[in-house]
Amino acid sequence: MNIDAIRNGIVIDHIRAGKGMEIYRLLNLEALDCSVALIKNAPSGKMGRKDIIKIDRALDVDLNALGYIDPDITINVIVEGVLTEKRHPELPETITNIIRCKNPRCITTTEQELPQVFKLTDRENRVYRCLYCEGQAK
Amino acid sequence: MRSLIDILELSAEEIADLVATAEDIIANPQKYAEACRGKKLATLFFEPSTRTRLSFEAAMYELGGQVLGFSEAASSSASKGESVSDTVKVVSCYADIIAMRHPKEGAPLVASMKADVPVINAGDGGHNHPTQTLADLLTIWREKGRFTDLTIGLCGDLKFGRTVHSLIAAMSRYANVKFVLVSPEELKLPSYVKKDILQKKGVPYAQTTDLESVMPELDVLYMTRVQRERFFNEDEYVRLKDSYILTPEKLKTAKDSLSILHPLPRVNEISVAIDDDPRACYFKQALNGKYMRMALILKLLGVEV
Repeated sequence: MNIDAIRNGIVIDHIRAGKGMEIYRLLNLEALDCSVALIKNAPSGKMGRKDIIKIDRALDVDLNALGYIDPDITINVIVEGVLTEKRHPELPETITNIIRCKNPRCITTTEQELPQVFKLTDRENRVYRCLYCEGQAK
Repeated sequence: MRSLIDILELSAEEIADLVATAEDIIANPQKYAEACRGKKLATLFFEPSTRTRLSFEAAMYELGGQVLGFSEAASSSASKGESVSDTVKVVSCYADIIAMRHPKEGAPLVASMKADVPVINAGDGGHNHPTQTLADLLTIWREKGRFTDLTIGLCGDLKFGRTVHSLIAAMSRYANVKFVLVSPEELKLPSYVKKDILQKKGVPYAQTTDLESVMPELDVLYMTRVQRERFFNEDEYVRLKDSYILTPEKLKTAKDSLSILHPLPRVNEISVAIDDDPRACYFKQALNGKYMRMALILKLLGVEV
């Protein structure tokens, strides 16, 4: 399957197979009017299968949020057809409105306009806790 | 402007300062009788808690200030669907400081982010209750004269008992403190408290289901109530509520210098026969809570005496 190389934009590579749509939704890519390709189950030497997202435009969003969903992905930044940056997203210190608190006693269950904020409390074990009730993200 | 939501927001030095202020209030109450003249404390109690509310109100009156507020959600605008944020924005117009009790965990933090005046967390669900911990700390200080070199037994509901989690967090900062955790299997201290506090700081602790076997080694025994309101299942509550009942018989092997604490209210976990024992400190603890709340109100309002 061929998809044209992009000139200015981002290629999100090495997405765990099946997670591509989650990232597509998280980045709100359906709202873009540029070319966006979501490739599912592409063959991968080290992963067997992987998902890839190609976006034909520079995105003004914090891609580190992706580190919470899948720390192994690679972000490739393409400028004028040249790969200028290749990196893995860092585990973000704070994630906002990506996951919801499951603690039935948390204030966010009754006041649903509050932003769903989670803080990284244990980097080694990738533990995030709700800002409000300190319940662990599940 | 500063609030108090979690006991760990106070450094060990600030705790020492609050203890010193409380000691000075106890020694010289007249010196503080007009300290908060013209100031108002709003007690916003979205969940009934008579003793905590009365303690805050008594604290403010003894500082010469005034009090307004409500004692249950039904008599607040929350019953009309108003958010915590809106409530505290409005109350900020009328009061200089807020004490908030709320059944939802994190509500006082939300309040502190929106209010224009300091917010004191007076208990949020099973989460934090920092002024109870301040009462516990002053009691330990007045009974023992130190925060170091203590073996502290914690008995009862260690799973939902927020006062236990906060006391462990606060006391883990002092040297040579050891904890003995006594509870039924179902109400053991949550693993994240052990991992995030005790193991991370290398604080020694032991776990047991047998209170009597560890009684001789304790300097402080902190009893807790199994709280009906923390259970979703009534049968589970009934099965566990009588797990530990402290009686004179069980105290036979305890040190003469033991201090018995309880955040109150008790149901039956401490026999009334112990109330006259000089080692029983739980009513003094309630009084100490008022002094620490006075010291805290002065600190957060920036009042120098």
